[in-house]
Amino acid sequence: MSDDLAEIKRAQLQRKALNSNEPVDSFYDETPPRQLDKYDTSIAVNGIDFDDSMETELGKRTLVGQYSAPKELVAEMAGTGDQDDGLVERQHAKSVYSKESDYQRRKYNRALSPDRVGADGETRSYKQIMEERELEREEQRIQQLIKKQNEESTSSREQYIKQEETISEEPKRARKRRWDVEGTDEASGTEPVVKSEVEPVAQPQIIKRRSRWDQTAPAIISELQNEVEVVKPARRSRWDQSSKATESTELSKPVFGAMIENPNYLSDEMLNQILPTEGYEILQPPLDYVPITQPAQKLIQAPVSSNDGFVMLEETSAESLGVKHLPTNIPGVGELQFFREEDMKYFGKLMEKTKESELTIAELKARKVMRLVLKVKNGAPPVRKGALRQLTDNARSFGPKAIFDQVLPLMLEKSLQEQERHLLVKIINRVLYRLDDLVRPYTHKILVVILPLLIEEDPYARIEGREAVSNLAKAVGLPHMITVMRPDIDQTDEYVRNITARGFAVVASALGVPALIPFIKAVCKSKKSWEARHTGVKIVQQIAVLMGCAILPHLKGLVDCIAACLTDEQLKVRTITALSISALAEASAPYGIESFENVLEPLWMGIRKHRGKGLAAFIKCIGFLIPLMDPEYANYYTKEVMVILLREFNSPDEDMRKIVLKVVQQCAATEGVTPKYLKEQVVPEFFKCFWIRRIALGRFNSLVIDTTLEISQKVGVSEVLERIVLVLKDEAEPFRKMGVITVEKVISSLGAADLSPDLERRLVDGMLTSFQQSSDDNIMVNAFGTVINALGYRSKKYLTEIVSAILFSLQNQSPLVRQKAADLIAAIAIVIKNCDEDNFLLKLGSVLYEQLGEEYPEVLGSILGALKNIVAVVGLSQMRPPIGDLLPRLTPILRNRHEKVQENAIDLVGRIADRGPEYVSPREWMRICFELLDILKAHKKGIRRAANNTFGYIAKAIGPQDVLATLLSNLRVQERQSRVCTAVAIGIVAETCSPFTVLPALMNEYRVPELNVQNGVLKAMSFLFEYIGDMAKDYVYAVTPLLEDALIDRDHVHRQTAASVIKHIALGVTGHGCEDAMIHFLNLLLPNIFETSPHVIDRIIEGIDGVRNCVGASVVLNYIWTGLFHSARKVRKPYWRLYNSAYIQSADAMVPYYPELEEDNYKRAELDIWI
Amino acid sequence: MRLRAGQQFEQQQSRFIGVGNVNTTKQEWQSNVHRDTYASLIGHPATLEQLAISLGLSQEELKLQFINKMIQPCGPVTKDG
Repeated sequence: MSDDLAEIKRAQLQRKALNSNEPVDSFYDETPPRQLDKYDTSIAVNGIDFDDSMETELGKRTLVGQYSAPKELVAEMAGTGDQDDGLVERQHAKSVYSKESDYQRRKYNRALSPDRVGADGETRSYKQIMEERELEREEQRIQQLIKKQNEESTSSREQYIKQEETISEEPKRARKRRWDVEGTDEASGTEPVVKSEVEPVAQPQIIKRRSRWDQTAPAIISELQNEVEVVKPARRSRWDQSSKATESTELSKPVFGAMIENPNYLSDEMLNQILPTEGYEILQPPLDYVPITQPAQKLIQAPVSSNDGFVMLEETSAESLGVKHLPTNIPGVGELQFFREEDMKYFGKLMEKTKESELTIAELKARKVMRLVLKVKNGAPPVRKGALRQLTDNARSFGPKAIFDQVLPLMLEKSLQEQERHLLVKIINRVLYRLDDLVRPYTHKILVVILPLLIEEDPYARIEGREAVSNLAKAVGLPHMITVMRPDIDQTDEYVRNITARGFAVVASALGVPALIPFIKAVCKSKKSWEARHTGVKIVQQIAVLMGCAILPHLKGLVDCIAACLTDEQLKVRTITALSISALAEASAPYGIESFENVLEPLWMGIRKHRGKGLAAFIKCIGFLIPLMDPEYANYYTKEVMVILLREFNSPDEDMRKIVLKVVQQCAATEGVTPKYLKEQVVPEFFKCFWIRRIALGRFNSLVIDTTLEISQKVGVSEVLERIVLVLKDEAEPFRKMGVITVEKVISSLGAADLSPDLERRLVDGMLTSFQQSSDDNIMVNAFGTVINALGYRSKKYLTEIVSAILFSLQNQSPLVRQKAADLIAAIAIVIKNCDEDNFLLKLGSVLYEQLGEEYPEVLGSILGALKNIVAVVGLSQMRPPIGDLLPRLTPILRNRHEKVQENAIDLVGRIADRGPEYVSPREWMRICFELLDILKAHKKGIRRAANNTFGYIAKAIGPQDVLATLLSNLRVQERQSRVCTAVAIGIVAETCSPFTVLPALMNEYRVPELNVQNGVLKAMSFLFEYIGDMAKDYVYAVTPLLEDALIDRDHVHRQTAASVIKHIALGVTGHGCEDAMIHFLNLLLPNIFETSPHVIDRIIEGIDGVRNCVGASVVLNYIWTGLFHSARKVRKPYWRLYNSAYIQSADAMVPYYPELEEDNYKRAELDIWI
Repeated sequence: MRLRAGQQFEQQQSRFIGVGNVNTTKQEWQSNVHRDTYASLIGHPATLEQLAISLGLSQEELKLQFINKMIQPCGPVTKDG
C-alpha cells in the first residue's frame, strides 16, 4: 500500500517536471541557431523580455510592414496539431456524422464486408459466412467474459488509485494545462487584457488555445490557482480564462480586438527608426544574461497603456493563415463547387499526372467513374445533372465494381454532409435500375451503407433509404436478399439486428408480404438463438409500421408467425412480440380482431405475469386491441385491464405512465365503455394522479390533456371541467396553462351547453384570473375567446367584468399584456355584439383609437385587428369614433413596414372603402391610394392582394379616373413586382368600374415609347381581359391594332405579353363570333413558335391554344400539318408540341380533319362512305 | 433541359398514346390516327349506325371489324415509316 503511494507520488513529480520543462526544450530544439541569434533581437521596454516566442514558429520577418494579424495569432489560427480550430469545427458540425446519435454512429464500426466479395467478384458460400458469424459470436462472448473478469479483478485496485488521486493536489488530465506550461515559460509576459462581455459575440471562436491574452492572464492567476481549484469545462475557450483574469486583476485596458500587436513590443526596425544611427552600437548581450522567467516577478510588471505609438502589422497570406490549397479545378473534371480535405482521400488519384496510356482498362474505368462521382458530389447543379446522367446511362459498361468501389466507401465517410449523402444515394438508386442483377455480388456491401439510413431522424433520408433498399430487392430478387441478410439476423450486435429487421420490412413491402411470410415464420421459430426470434418479430413490427393498413390481407399470417413468441423464454422476445402485436393492431384498426383471437389469451396471461417494461408492452398491446373489439368484449376487457391500469397510475416509471395514459385514452374511446363506469372508477383516480403540478412541468402533459379530452367525450363537459376549474387559479403557471389548454380543447369540441350556472361562473372567473396572471402567448387569448364564444349570450353578465379587465390591461406597461388584451377584443367582439352590449364595443373602440399611437408593431397590429372586428360587428354608421376621424389616422399607419400592421391596416381600410366610402373625402382616399402603391411591394401575398382589392373599392367610390392616373404613372417605376401589382390593380379597377372607363386611358398610355410602360400596359390588359371574361367581346376590335403592334415588336417580352393577352381574350370570347380577329392574331402568333426562351415559348403556345379553343381545332391544325414532318428537327419540334396539346385537348374532334394521304395503306376509306 | 423535355414527353405519352415528338415516324403517327378514327367511329353511335346501314352489316359486326382493324392499321412497322 505505501509502496504504491510512493510510486504514484514519484510519477506525479516526474510528470510535473516534464511539463515545466517541455516548452523550454522544444523552444531550443525547434529553432535552428541563426546568425541574428547571437544577440538579442529586441530590447524589452519594461526590462523583461517577453516575446521571444513570436519568431520561433514562423521564422523570418520581413522589413516591410504590412497590415495583417500578428504572426502569433496567425499561427494560432492555422491550428496545427491537436489545437482545434473553430472553423473546422463548424465545418464538421454540418456533416451528417455530427448530427447522429451514438447509436446511429455504430454504422461506422461496421466494415464494408469486403470479405463478402472475392477479388473476382465471386460470393463466398453462405455456409462460410454463417460459420464466420458463429465464430464472431463466440469471440464476442469470450471477450465479454474476459472483460468481466478483468473488471472484477481490477475494480478494487482502481478504486484505490482513484482515492489516491483525489488526495493528491494534481489531478490527472488528458491535456496538459496551459498554466502549467506557461507559468514557467519565459515567453510569456504580454499585457493582460480585459474584454467586454460583448466581445465573445462579436468574435466567434476562431482563435484557440495559445492566445497571447492567455499567456499572462493565467500567469497572473497562476498563484491563485493553487488555492482555488478551477473547475475546467471540457473544452476551454479563451474567454473563460480572460474573464478570470479580470476577476483577479485590475489591469484593464481597452484593446482593438485581436488584430493589434502588443504595443510593448518594439522591433529592430522600429528601434532603428527611433534611435539615431550614429553614435550607437548594437551590443551583444552578456553571456550570463538570462531573461527573467519567474511568473512571480512578472506579476510586478506594471500595466502599460496600449496607445503608446506605432503598431506593426505583419504580412499575411493564405499559407500563413494555414489555408491549405485545395484545388477546385480537378484535371478532367472542371470547376467544382468545393473540394474538401477528406475528398483527397478518395479522389486523390485524379490529381496524379499519370498518362492515360499506361493505365489498364479497369483503371481507366475507375478513373472515369471517380471523375463522374466527384462531379455529382461536388459539382454545381448543371454539372451534377450531366454527370449523373452519364453515370446512369453507362452504368452497365462501367460495371458494378468500378461504381460501387467508389461510392460505397464515400457513404461511410464521417465528414459527409446531408446533401452529399443524398446525391450518393441518388447515384446508387439510379445505377441499381441499370445494373439490375449485376449488383448481386455487392448486395451486402450496399446494404451496409444503405440500411443505416432507415433509422435516420430525417424522414426524407428514411424515404431515400427505403427506396434504395426496395430497388435493390427488386433488382436482385427475394432469395438472394434473404441469403445475404440472413447472417445478420442473429448477430449479437443489437444495432445490426435492428437495421436488418427494418431492411426486411422494406423488402416485404417491395416484393409483397406473402413471399416473405414463410421466411419470417421460420426465423420466429428459430431454436438456435433468441436473437433470431427477436429479429423475426421485429420484422413483423416494422412491416406493420411501414405498410399501415396494407397489412390487412396478410394480418392472419403475420400474427400467426409471432403468436408463439408471446410465451418465449426470453423476456426481450416476449416484450417485442407484444409491441409487434400492438403495431399490427394499430395498423389494422378498426378491422381484423378475428386475426388476433389466438393471441388474446397469452396476452392476458402475460399481463398478470409481467412487471416493469414487459408489463408496459403487454398493456400497450391490449390498449391497441381494445378498439378493434366489439363493444361487449371491449367493455369486459376494459374493466379487467383497468384494475391494472389504476394500479400503474402511480408507477414511478415514466414510460409506463405514458403507456397507461394512452391505454386509458383508447379504453375511453371504445363504444362498450359506459360513462357511468368511467365516472365512478376512472375519473377520480385519474385526476388524483395526473392533474398535479409535477405533471405540468413534465414531458407528457400533452398526453394528459389528450386523455382528459378523450374522457370528457364520454363523461361530459361538466364532470371534467368541475375539476379543472380549480386548476385555473393555481399559482403555478405551467399548471394553469395546462388547465387552460384543456378547457379550450374540451369546450371547443363539446360546447358549453352542459355547464351549470355555478360552474359557468367559476369557469369564467378562473379563466379571467389566469388571463390576467399569465404573462405570455396566444393560448390564453384563444382559450378565453373559445369559452366566451361558446357561452354566447350567457356571458352577458360577465361582460362588465371582462371589459373592465381588458381596459385595464390595455393601459398596462408591458406590450405583451396590451397585445393580449387587443387580441381578446378581436376574439370576443362578436359575442359582445350578440349580448347587445354595443356601448362596451364603442367604449373599447374609442380606447383603441386612442392607442393607435402604439409604438410596438406587434401590439399595433393587434389593436388594428381589434378595431377591424369592432367595425365589422358595429357597422360603419354607429362606429365611435366616426369613420371620418378614424381613417385619417390610419393613413400614416399604412406606411408602417411591419407585416402584421400592414395586413390589419389594409384590411380595415379595405373594409371601410368597401362598405362606407362616403364617410371620407375623396382627397383622403387619393392619399390612401398613394400609400397603397407602396404596399404593393410587400412581401406577403395576402397583403398585396388586399391592397389590390382596396384599389378596386376606392376606384368604385371616387371614380376610376384619378385612381387610374395614379396607377398608370406607377407603371414607370423600376421594380418589377410593383409594376406587376399595378397591372393587377388596373385590371381590378377595370373589372369594378367596367372596362370602357379604363381601356382608353390604358391604350393611350401604350403610346409612351418606353419599354416598361408598354409592357405594363400589356400586362394590365392581360389581367383585365382575364377578369372581365366574355365582356371582352365588345372590345376585341378596339384592341386589335394595339396587339398587332405588340405582336410584331422586336422586343420578345412584348410578344410574350401580347400572347397572354390574346389567350385571355380568346378564351373570353369563345362562342361570341370574334373568330376573324382571332385568326388574325393566330397569323401573327404563329411565326413566334420558334422562340427558344422558355417563358416566351410557353406564353406563345398558350396563346395559340387559346385561339384554338376559340376558332376550333380544324383551323389551327391546318397551320400545323406542314411542320410535323419537316426535314429539320428544329422545325418539327415546336410543331409537334402544338400538335400534342391539340391532340390532348380534342383528339376526337380532330378525326375528320386529319389530312388525306396518298399512300394506299394510309387511306381512311371509312370516312368516304355515303349512303 | 433536354432531359426534362424527354421525361415530360414520356409522361405525356403514358397518358395519351397518340402524342408524338420529333422522332415520330409517319407510320407511327398514321397508325395512331387510324386507331383514333376507328375509336371515334365506334364511339359515336350515330356514325356507327350510319356506317352499318351503308355497309349492310350489323353494328356489332362493324364494331368488331373496326376493333380488329386497329391491329396494325397501316401494315407492319417499317423502318423508314
